[in-house]
Amino acid sequence: MLKISNVEVSLGNQKIVRGVDLTVRRGEVLGLLGPNGAGKSTLLRAVLQLIPTQQGNIELEGAPVNSVRVEQRARQVAYLAQQGPVNWPLTVERLVALGRFPHRPGWQRLTAEDRAVVERILDQTDLRQLGERTVTTLSGGERTRVLLARALAVGAPLLLADEPVAALDPAHQLQIMQLLRDYSDEDHAVIVVIHDLTLAARFCHRVALMHEGTIVAVGSARDVLTPENLASVYNIDARFGMGEDFFVIPWQSPGKQR
Amino acid sequence: MRPFHLVAALGLLVMALMLFSINLGSSEISLFDLFGTERSHAVKLVLLEIRLPRTLIAAVAGASFGISGAAMQGLLRNPLASPGLIGSSSGAALGAIIVLYLGLGEVSWVLMPSGGMLGALIAMVLVYVLAGRDASIVTIVLAGVAINSLAIALMSLILNLAPSPYAVQEIVLWTLGSVSNLGMTDLWVMLPATVLGWLLFVGTGNALELLTLGEDTARSMGVNLGFLRTRLFLAVALSIGAAVSVTGAIGFIGLVIPHLLRPLVGYQPGRLLGVSALGGAAMLLAADIAVRLMPPGPEIRIGVLTAIVGAPFFLFLILKTRRWQI
Repeated sequence: MLKISNVEVSLGNQKIVRGVDLTVRRGEVLGLLGPNGAGKSTLLRAVLQLIPTQQGNIELEGAPVNSVRVEQRARQVAYLAQQGPVNWPLTVERLVALGRFPHRPGWQRLTAEDRAVVERILDQTDLRQLGERTVTTLSGGERTRVLLARALAVGAPLLLADEPVAALDPAHQLQIMQLLRDYSDEDHAVIVVIHDLTLAARFCHRVALMHEGTIVAVGSARDVLTPENLASVYNIDARFGMGEDFFVIPWQSPGKQR
Repeated sequence: MRPFHLVAALGLLVMALMLFSINLGSSEISLFDLFGTERSHAVKLVLLEIRLPRTLIAAVAGASFGISGAAMQGLLRNPLASPGLIGSSSGAALGAIIVLYLGLGEVSWVLMPSGGMLGALIAMVLVYVLAGRDASIVTIVLAGVAINSLAIALMSLILNLAPSPYAVQEIVLWTLGSVSNLGMTDLWVMLPATVLGWLLFVGTGNALELLTLGEDTARSMGVNLGFLRTRLFLAVALSIGAAVSVTGAIGFIGLVIPHLLRPLVGYQPGRLLGVSALGGAAMLLAADIAVRLMPPGPEIRIGVLTAIVGAPFFLFLILKTRRWQI
């Protein structure tokens, strides 16, 4: 679905992403992990062509992403921005419907087919009862769900979600991650930038650990989130559950032995 | 309210105001006299050469103010943005005043509106160049403030250098805005740039809707932000330049009308464009009618009236925005 080869991105004079290789397949959720400033969001923005790459190739369904027409790319890659703004108090239904705009030319109104997709997404994301509410009156969790529903409504084969569960309570975090997982089950690919190691291990088919612009390790959470990797990348100690369900809990910073 | 109902209601309001405006005047001549048996030359002159252009220009200029305000507020995602923000109003006023000052207005009637439109375009290009193609909203606003200040400073300089008190009065009165004493030629001269500007607005609605989600998300959904910005800047400069160079600076319509109508279209920036054009036309027609209904005496200029109504509204907006943090 998406193949990133030796990609480099600089912002100003600073190299933010250095020679990254990464592949994402349909049917999987890939968790992109790493400390703040590791280059995760920048990598997503490079895939979306929001910023130029200095080196390397990004291929979408086998075609270089910069050769794909903007309108087509908008239908192939959906993006859920980190703490995305909502500048006007639109209704939930209207905001979700914005996800269908890449499927229509600039002047055309939404078709019955688009409306059917929006209805389905509202049901899937459990938002139907909020349909007429304005986005500004919603709680943080509801608002994130609405913004995710907008991204899902695009129906793109690839979804890039930048920290969708930051600042949410556990129930909403689980709900959002389950929605991403469900989306991947419909033969879509999902890349989710996430800081919560426990959620990443629980919901992502694979995780990629980024540090200072490079990918340190990629694979199953069990293989990537090792004590050595977490110590070298985050400088933390963690506790692990190594049974049938693998889980990891960040435990302490070094030097804070208890 | 359903979109169709709102458009129909505003359309009817504009038509009613236009009919009222054509029938209103110091001489008791109404539209019916055109179809009567005594179709004198005076009747035709009053209706077709004096009142009709006045009415049509008010409607066209008002529509330009309204749609430009809605477009700028949508583009900059700020309810306090106005079409004057990118310098087109003050640029147009400066251009027209330079023509007035040099006495070129009497050489050819086409020079003053042309000077105004040129001024609007130059101001817009300066803001565009100053801000840069990928400018943030703050940079655009700052560039707009700088160019507006420069244009106002140059207008003050012209007033300062004006050869006679009469010239000063003429310039000042013109800047206060009016649609009286205009003829069909004024309409014809403003129409091409206006129509071109309006055409540029067509088809930008969906992109403005997507901008609700911020620039990154809009771009990820296929919006070419640089192109959209250039297109809307040009649309505003052409339509506002054409309007201001004929009517003088009439403020607040572009600020007030989109804000009043926004809740009625569910806050959708794309849908707001068309209804704001109708709302703007209605407001300028109503303002012109109000000016004519005032007791005899020195004529109150439309720009003064819209500012007197608009400024308190602006204050109200600021107070409301303090609570309405979106």
